Amino acid sequence: MIRLDALTKVYPTAQGAVAAVDRVSLEVADGETCVLLGPSGCGKTTTLRMINRLVAPTSGKITIGGRDTDDVDPVELRRTIGYVIQQIGLFPNMTVAENIGVVPRLLGWTAEKRRRRAEELLAMLALDPAQFLDRYPNELSGGQAQRIGVARALAADPPVLLMDEPFGALDPVNREVIQDQFLRMQRTLRKTVLFVSHDIDEAVKMADRIAIFRAGRLVQFAAPDTLLAHPADDFVASFVGTDRTLKRLRLIRVREIMLPGVAGEARAAGRATVTPDDDLRRVAALFLEHDLDALPCVGPDGSVVGRVTRADVAARLAAGAGAES
Amino acid sequence: MNATGAPRRSAMPSLVLGAIALAVAWGLYASGLAADMLRYQKDIVYLVKQHLVLVGISGSLAIVCGVGLGVWLSRPSMARWAEGTIQAVNMATSVPTLGKLALMMSLLGIGALPAIVGLWIATLLPIIRNTYEGIRAVPGHLVDAAQGMGMGPGAILTRVELPNALFVIFAGVRTAMAVNVGTAPIAFLIGGGGLGELIFTGIDLQEHGMMLAGAIPTALLAIAVDFLFGQAQYWLVPRGVNPQRNS
Repeated sequence: MIRLDALTKVYPTAQGAVAAVDRVSLEVADGETCVLLGPSGCGKTTTLRMINRLVAPTSGKITIGGRDTDDVDPVELRRTIGYVIQQIGLFPNMTVAENIGVVPRLLGWTAEKRRRRAEELLAMLALDPAQFLDRYPNELSGGQAQRIGVARALAADPPVLLMDEPFGALDPVNREVIQDQFLRMQRTLRKTVLFVSHDIDEAVKMADRIAIFRAGRLVQFAAPDTLLAHPADDFVASFVGTDRTLKRLRLIRVREIMLPGVAGEARAAGRATVTPDDDLRRVAALFLEHDLDALPCVGPDGSVVGRVTRADVAARLAAGAGAES
Repeated sequence: MNATGAPRRSAMPSLVLGAIALAVAWGLYASGLAADMLRYQKDIVYLVKQHLVLVGISGSLAIVCGVGLGVWLSRPSMARWAEGTIQAVNMATSVPTLGKLALMMSLLGIGALPAIVGLWIATLLPIIRNTYEGIRAVPGHLVDAAQGMGMGPGAILTRVELPNALFVIFAGVRTAMAVNVGTAPIAFLIGGGGLGELIFTGIDLQEHGMMLAGAIPTALLAIAVDFLFGQAQYWLVPRGVNPQRNS
C-alpha cells in the first residue's frame, strides 16, 4: 500500500513561494492502479517524483508498504520501484537485454540470470526474445521501445510501478494496443501502480481509482464510475467532459445487469446480439442502431444466456449516480 | 545492421591515397631523393623514437587530464564555473601552438620538458571542450531515467553519461592528437628534438633529402595516429550510439 499524507512541495519563485503540490493525501491499495489525472502543471508529475524521491518533499509523509520512505536511502528505494517515463529513456548505448538488466545489475544479479529475466519479460510482452535481446534502441519502433521501457521497469519485479505518461508519445492505435497489453499483464502481476496521465479516456480505462489534480491540490479521488457519475465540482465535470455518461457505459459490462435468458429468444440467429463481456457502450449503440429496447446475450457457443434491456441500462446508470462520492 | 562488422566507409579515399603514395614514392626514387633520404636512416630511427616520446607523453597525459577535467566541469556542482572556464579554454585554443611553445620556453627554458608541456596544453584544450560538451549533450531524460531506477552518481557517469558522450569525446581526442603530431616537429625549435631536427635543418641547408627524411615520417606518423584513434573510436564507442556503425 502507498500512502501519501499531506504531501507538499513548495518551490520558491520570483513571485514568491508556489505550492506545486499542496497537502495531497491519498491511499493506493496493493495491486491497485491509481491514475493521477489533471491538466499540465497541476502537480501530478511532481507528486509521482516525490514518491521515488527524485523530488524532495517540502513536508508531508510517504509510506510504501507501511515503511516511511524517509527512512530508506533514496538510491536503494528507487531500485524497489519501477519507473517508466514518457520519453522512455532507454539507454541508447545499451542493447535491449542490457537496458532491461539495469536494475538487476545494480542489485547484483549474475549476467545469466539477467538475460533469462530479459527473455522472460520480452516473451510476456509479445516480443520475440531472439529477435530483440541484442538490438539497440535506435533499431526499435516507438511502440516496441515503450514496451521495453515497461519491461525494464518490471525487471527486478518491484511491487510498485510509477509511470509518468508512459504511453503519451505513441500514436492512438499503438497506445490502445499497449494499454490493453498492460491491463492484461496487470491482471496477473497485481502491481501497485501510480500512473500519471492527462487523458481522461486513458484514466477511465486503466484506473481502479482516479485522483484528479488542479493547481497542486487533489480535488477528487474516486473510482472511475463514481467520478464520471458524480464530479465533485465544475472543474472535474468539465475535465471529464460532457460525454461522461457515454464514458461510464464503457466501464459497465453486460454481465453486471444481465437478466436470465428467455427460452423463446433462442431463435435469435441473424439478429443483433451481445456477449456478457461486452460493455454497455456497444449495447447502447445497438439499441440506437436497430431501435431496440432489449437485446439477447449469447455465450461463446452462440446459445442465449440472458438479455439486457434499455430500462436496466438506465437503472444501472441511475444507481451509480445515486451512490456516494 | 552491418553484416560483416567491418567499417562501411567507402574504399575510395584509401585508393586515392594509395595511388598518391605510389606516385610520390616513384618520384622520390626516380629523382634520387630516396637514396639521399636513406643516408639519414640512423637519424630517422633515433629521431622517430624521440618524436614518439614527445607525442606519447604529451598526448596520453592530455587525454587523461582532458577527459578528467571535462568530466569534472560537467558535474552539477561545477555548473557555476563551467561556462566561463570553457570560454577561457576556447580562447586559449586559439593561441597558435608555436606561441604556446614559445611561452613554455620562456617559462621552462629549452629542452624536452617545455616542449612536452606546450604540446600537452595544446592537446588538452580540445579534449576538455569535447568531453564537457559531449556529456552536456546527453539528454536529460536519460539521466532522469537512470536516477529514477536507482543508479548512483558514479554509475550514471560511467554507464550512461560517458558511453553516450564517447563519440564526441573521441572526436575531440582525434582532433587533438592530429594537432599534437602535426606540431611536434616545432618542438625542435625550443630544443625538444624529434623529427623537426631533420626538417628544419634540411630547410636551412637546402638539403631536400634531409628535409624529406624528416617530413615523410612525420606525415606517416600523423596518418598512423589518426588511423589508430579512428579505429579505437569505431570499435570502442557502443554500436547504439556510433553513427559510423550504421546501426
